[in-house]
Formats: sequence, C-alpha cells, structure tokens
Amino acid sequence: MQRDLHIDTWTAVCNLDEIVPNTGVCALFNGEQVAIFHVDDGAQQVYAIGNYDANSGASVISRGLVGSLGERIVVASPIYKHHFDLRTGECIEAPEHSVGTFRARIAEGKVWVGA
Amino acid sequence: MKIIVIGHGMVGHKFLETLGAIDAPHLAVTVLCEEPRPAYDRVHLSEFFAGKSADDLSLVAPGFFDKGNVLLKLNAKVVAADRAAKTVTVGDGEVLGYDKLVFATGSYPFVPPLPGKERTDCFVYRTIEDLEAMLECGQRSKTGVVIGGGLLGLECAKALRDMHLATHVVEFAPRLMAVQVDDGGARVLRKKIEELGVTVHTQKNTLEIVDGEDGTHRMRFADGSHLDADMIVFSAGIRPRDELARACGLTLGARGGIAIDDSCLSSDPDVYAIGECAAWNGQVFGLVAPGYDMARTAARHLTGSAATFTGADMSTKLKLMGVDVASIGDAHAITEGARSYQFTDERKQIYKKIVVSSCGKYLLGSVLVGDAAEYGTLLQMMLNRIELPESPEFLILPQLEGNARPALGVDALPDSAQICSCNDVSKGTICAAVCAGAVTIGALKSCTSAGTSCGGCVALVTQVMKTEMKKQGLAVNNHLCEHFAYSRQELHHLVRVGKVKTFPELLEQHGTGLGCDVCKPAVASILASTWNDFVLTPVHAALQDTNDYFLGNIQKDGTYSVVPRMPGGEVTADGLIAVGMVAKKFGLYTKITGGARVDLFGARVDQLPLIWEELIAAGFESGHAYGKSLRTVKSCVGSTWCRYGVGDSMTFAIALENRYKGLRTPHKIKFGVSGCTRECAEAQGKDVGLIATEKGWNLYVCGNGGMKPRHAELLATDLDEDTAVRYIDRFLMFYVRTADRLQRTSVWRDNLEGGLDYLKQVVIDDKLKIAAELEADLQHVVDTYSCEWKNAVTDPETRKRFRHFVNSNQADQNVVFMPERGQIRPATVEERARVTIPIVLARSA
Repeated sequence: MQRDLHIDTWTAVCNLDEIVPNTGVCALFNGEQVAIFHVDDGAQQVYAIGNYDANSGASVISRGLVGSLGERIVVASPIYKHHFDLRTGECIEAPEHSVGTFRARIAEGKVWVGA
Repeated sequence: MKIIVIGHGMVGHKFLETLGAIDAPHLAVTVLCEEPRPAYDRVHLSEFFAGKSADDLSLVAPGFFDKGNVLLKLNAKVVAADRAAKTVTVGDGEVLGYDKLVFATGSYPFVPPLPGKERTDCFVYRTIEDLEAMLECGQRSKTGVVIGGGLLGLECAKALRDMHLATHVVEFAPRLMAVQVDDGGARVLRKKIEELGVTVHTQKNTLEIVDGEDGTHRMRFADGSHLDADMIVFSAGIRPRDELARACGLTLGARGGIAIDDSCLSSDPDVYAIGECAAWNGQVFGLVAPGYDMARTAARHLTGSAATFTGADMSTKLKLMGVDVASIGDAHAITEGARSYQFTDERKQIYKKIVVSSCGKYLLGSVLVGDAAEYGTLLQMMLNRIELPESPEFLILPQLEGNARPALGVDALPDSAQICSCNDVSKGTICAAVCAGAVTIGALKSCTSAGTSCGGCVALVTQVMKTEMKKQGLAVNNHLCEHFAYSRQELHHLVRVGKVKTFPELLEQHGTGLGCDVCKPAVASILASTWNDFVLTPVHAALQDTNDYFLGNIQKDGTYSVVPRMPGGEVTADGLIAVGMVAKKFGLYTKITGGARVDLFGARVDQLPLIWEELIAAGFESGHAYGKSLRTVKSCVGSTWCRYGVGDSMTFAIALENRYKGLRTPHKIKFGVSGCTRECAEAQGKDVGLIATEKGWNLYVCGNGGMKPRHAELLATDLDEDTAVRYIDRFLMFYVRTADRLQRTSVWRDNLEGGLDYLKQVVIDDKLKIAAELEADLQHVVDTYSCEWKNAVTDPETRKRFRHFVNSNQADQNVVFMPERGQIRPATVEERARVTIPIVLARSA
C-alpha cells in the first residue's frame, strides 16, 4: 500500500458535530468549494466532492439530500435533483457534469480533507 | 371526398373522433353547428349549476380542429338540403356541396301545446343558452316547476334545487320515470326525492299557464287544482330534429326520426343519420351510448369497413338528486313467461327487482333504486347470458353476516364483453391496457376512455383492472421507492398506528438501505402531519429538502426567497413599511405573489435568520411558501367593504389561514374564499373553496391550478362556518392519510374509487366512521403550531447551520447580481464569467 505523500495537505475543516448526521456542509479548501457529507448508518463515514452543480450553475451540492441508489451512496443536488455518487463524484444522469472527489476522514472528532 | 356533418353535439363529435382515428387523409369534413359553441357534454348538463362552466363541459380535445381536414362552423344553421344537387344551404345563404352527408341534428325538447307555454320565464332544458337563461331567472325566483318527471325532468329538478328554489315536479303519468322504473321502484324514488325537498305531483294534467298570484305563473290542472311558480321548465320528452330531412324527401320512421338501416344509411345511399334524429327499426334512441354506436358505425361504413348497428341496450344507471337509479333490459317483465323477484326496504329506502326468464336460467331485466351497487354485475349477466345461480334472489337480497353475495367473477366475462358502453370499451381492451402499464383508474381512463362519459362503469372497470393485475402477478405497486415496499398511504398508516416518531425508526422497522430524496421528504411530511415536531430538530432536519431545511425557496443561483405570511392577503401599512425596510436593508428583489403576499428574493443563506428576526419583530410569521403545506387563503374583500358581498369572506379567510397554517400535506394546498357568486377570489380553482350565499357558505374541493388546471367541485351547500371548518378538517386529514406522494387533490379525487360521491360519504356522512379521529388529528396539528422561523432563530444549534461555508465567513463568489428595472436579478453564467467585481456587493453577516 503506497504511503500518502501529501499527508501535510490534510486540513481540518470543522468538528464532526457541526454536520447534522446524514447531511452535508460546504467547506472552503485551497480556494475551492467542497461539499462534505457525514453519513451515519451505524458506522460513521465522511465523503467530500466538488460543490458546484454544473447542471444549474449553482454551488449547492452540499445542501442536497443524501441517500442510496442501489449500491451507490449519493446526494441529490437541490436544484434539479441530479444524483452525485459520493465515492466517485459521478453525476449519474449527466456524467459530463461529474465533480471531483477529495479525500476525507474523521479524526479526533474533526473532519479532515486532503487533496 | 367532401363530407358535411349537420350538427355538432355529442354524437356528431363522436363521429368526427372516429373518423379522425381512422387514417383517411382524402376526406375533407365540414361541420355545421347550429349552436354558438362546439360539442359539450349534454348528459352532465346539470353540473353547470354545481359550478362547472361551459368550457368544463366541452368534449373537444384541445387542438382537435387544428389538423386541417375538419372545418367547424359555429352559428351555422342548415336551412335546406338539395339531394339532387348534393348541396346544403346555411342560414347566411352559403351553399356547400357534399359527396356524403351526415345528419346529427339531435332532438328538440317537446313542449306540450298548452296555452301560455310561450310566456317569458318558461324554459326548455337542452342547451347551455337555456341553462344560462334559467340561471338568470333563478336569481329572481322563489319557486320553480319542472313539467315532466322522467330522467331529464329529475335532472332539471336537481338543477333548480341547486339554485335554491322551492322545487316541484309535475308528471302526467301515475309515476316518475315511467319508462325505466316500475311501480315499486317509483314509489321509493318519489319518497327519496320528496325528502330532498322536491314536491312531486303525479297524475297531473296541465291545462294552461296564466298569470299567478304567489308567483309569476299559475299552472291550472285538469283536476281543478293549481300551482304558482316563478319559473317553469318543460322536460316532457324529446322529438327528433327531422324537419330538414322531411323537407328534402328522406324516408322517416313511423314515429318520426330519419329512417336508417344497419349501416346508419338513410333512404339515400349518400346520406347517413346518427343519434337522436335517427330511427332504426322505427325506434328512436334517447341515450348517448346508442348514439355513439351509430356514430362509430357510420364512420366505419363511410370509410369502407363493415360495420353494423343492430339496436342498443337501453340499460342505464344514474344518480338523480343523489339517488341511485338503474334500469336493465326488460324492466317491466314484458317478455312472455318472465318472472320477477322483488325486494323492498322501506326503512333504508331501497328497491331491487330482477326479471328472470321462464326457464329460470337467464336474467332479462332489473330495476334498482336507492342502491345500485349490483348494476355492473347484473348488466353483464344479462348482456352475456351468463347462467344465474340456483337461487337468483340472493343477487339482490341484503347480505347476511358471513354469507357472501353470489358474485359474478369478472373472469366469467368474455374478453368481448362491453364494459363501457358509452365509449365501446371491451374487457379485452382494458386488460391489454393494464398489461401495457395502465394500473390506476386515472391511467385507464386516459388511455382507453372507459369511464369518462357517464361514469356508470367505473366500479366494473376497477374490478377488471384489479383482477387482471392479480393475474399478471402485478402487485398494486405504488411502493414509495426502493427503500420502502409500501405506498404512501400504507406508510402513513404504519407511522400513525405504530406511533413511529422518526425516520431511522421507520427505516429500521419497515425499510431498507439509506433512504433517498424521494422517501425522506415524503416521510418527513407524514411525520409532520402526524406529530408536528419542529422540522429542523437534527433527526428530522436530515430528511428535509433544501427549501424546508432553510425555510425558504431556493432560487436558481443558490439564494433563497422569503415570504412572510399575510393571512387572507390583509396587511397593515406598518407591516408593508416593515417589509419594505427589510428589503431595502438587505438589497432584496421584491414582488407580489399570485397568493397575494410579498416575496423577497436574493437572500443568502447566512442572511436568512437576520431577515426573519426583523420580520418577526414586525409581527410576521413564516408563510410556508417553501413547504408542501397550506400556502395561502385567497380572499376578496367581502361584505365589509364591497357593495356586492353577502358574506364576510375576509374574516373567514383569515381564520382559515390561521387555522391551517403549518399543516403539511402530500402536496401544496391553496384555499379561496369569495364573498358572493362573482367569485373574485377564484375559489373554484382551489383545493378548498368557499363561496358565500345568503344562506351560508358553499364548500368546493379538489380544484387545482398548475399544468392541468381543474375546477373544484361542490361538496356541500349552505354551511355555517363551524360546519364548514369541520368538513374541511375531515377533508384535509383524509387527503393527508390516503393520497400518494406529491399527488394534488384533483388527481387524488380522480383516483378515489367512487370519486366525489365517495368523498361526500366519508366527509359528510362519515361512512368510514373516522370523522372524529380525523378532526382530532387535525386539531392536534393546530394545537401544536409554532412559527418555524421563530424556532430557527431562537435555537442556536439550528441557527448555526445558516452559513454557506462551515469554515469561513466568506460569501459564495458564485452569487452575483445585476441590476434590472431598479432592482437586482441573478447574473447569468455568462455574465458571471465576465464580471470580476460584483455590481451589488453582498453584505456580510
């Protein structure tokens, strides 16, 4: 398993309890808007993807409803309900509008985002 | 080929529709319509008085006449036909040539030759113009009389009652509906009608109409008695409009009507006749279903197919003044050797008779009054000669505890069995539609037209649908989504009865997976309407769509709009000033909404709590413009100020809006309250509408705007406010309990088995015995109401969520405004790319 060479680019963006469970928040990370989701289905997991919904031109993906579609964990952008895969950033209905992903983890009660 | 159709009534239009469905581009059709409007539903004419407009009754699909090969001329009465020259002459002198001619001239109302029949304020009951004249006269009348106690006469009596007149029916024969109903049935029918406030006079021979003392007219009868009335309507039968045919030499039937053969051809091989103007085997048919059959036959024959009309079954089921009446086949047991079974229940006012063949095996006819639930079954048994059970009397006797009524399995019907006679839809057609995916009554109505004319077959269509679905192994699948194998109605039940308070609980007990953007908001709504917790407590907040999460309406750029509640549209000068000051302070775009309140646009997420604080300080509350909930109660100013108002619509509207604000519903709901019949609040376009009359409030339900606007329907009349509120409580909670996700009240009502009648039974008659529960559930929501904005601003944990970045106070650079008409608007994506400094600086929190 390769070592993470950019370990110093992990940034704590907020406390975990600042995110209502199973919702998202938006963080400013290296000048970019990142949508961070806290999924709590027994296990705690955080995901981070781009916040810009190109289907509408609004930076709002963090405000969408989280859920599952088959095996995928997704968020539905609030404007037109396009679904974005939290693991891959893929926009299911319009793959050309897929977003980037960021590493995210929980440590010491905080949420960390890495490039 | 040039075709001219004389007449554009229901049957004339059915002819055009059938032609249209047969792809025959070489036909050029001209339709000459005497009336000033295209074909409308004359069968449901009485609904005109219950609030339906002429447009609502139109039978013409939008765009029907735009295709180019059918030309409709209105106000075009044909005055002569020349069969040698093959031309017709229109009243304005125009002469048109034809290759084929179709008479669809219908019938005229027969008026007995009484002295005085020409007096003003005497009417016939056939056209919209007749009804408009009746409506006008009704407003200045106290008493109304219908001459003729047949089918149409009783419909007309209902119309007079809907106009709040003291109503009388005068019938020459010894009983009402003498053709369809026998003595026993007529007795029950009369009693029921009299209980509804209509006075029935049978065996009354009217001699003349003269000036009255207690009314405009006095009717003098042969037995020496008299009756005074302000308005008289003749409904004494119909006669075929065959005068044109007679003049141009066509053969007529023995009792009138244009004689036709099995192809609907007259004595001239280029001339057809269909509908009430035609006589087949000497018989004229006064029902629409045979007329439709003739229309289809003529259209097919004209385009070269084999098609025959071989008479029609005159069975009919209808609701007269709320009374079910049905007549099948040989209702009077005229057939040689026929024997009858009769059942009368004078307490419940039910009469049922079946006429059985001499061998005892086949059903020949039936009369049902007061309860016609068996109509569909009995009709199919008669038409398909299905063998009767050993003791046929049990078909009409009341079911005893534990005994099932011998049912006609829909399986016993052949695929060719005609289920909907008005539109000629067979069992096979319905089953095919179900297999192709039409698995609701609404969908079947759309794709097969079954049940869309008289409505009498809907119960049987439902049975066929369910049986076929079962056969196909299709569970009635209105599962909410992949996470819950239940319909919304079932989930609501599980929540309520199981006292489930949260989504995780529900998911664990009855669902799978993580949930999604379909089920989370749906469940949020169910939880809210049942328990009414604050929607933004953390466990509920995660379920909310962004609008309900931030208590505003998200706009295309990620900003939100803010709508404070202004019940009834009323607001003080100070209130307006306060809202204006908030708009200026935060640089918001302002607009008045269709719901008569102020909307403020351009608020960033972090500005929302600040805006609300100022609005709350000025006395405002959340307007729930963001929720699937009560939006507004639109109102006119009413009797307080308006010279025409007969009711205080303003006060009632405000009371209603304050009562139901905060209630979450399967889809948004809007009310309207009008202080008089001029209806300035457009209550008839609302989910709940109230219109004031001198006697109280008339309550309308299930109207909707949106993509498919629909008028509301009259649920009850002359209500005092308390009763109106009770009915609305029940209606709303019944909707909350049983509707599908995002189903508006109009669609919900269309898919209710039993439709409006069923709704009346549940809400007014409490047929399901749940009225008290429904009222209590609604009262709970009322009692636990609190303003969501207030809750959000005063709870620090909730308030913290109102920021764009969790880790910065920077604003969203993507939100850029441009100026327009003295206000702001969101910049387009292109404009944002160009602008480096925003024109209007967003103020920071």
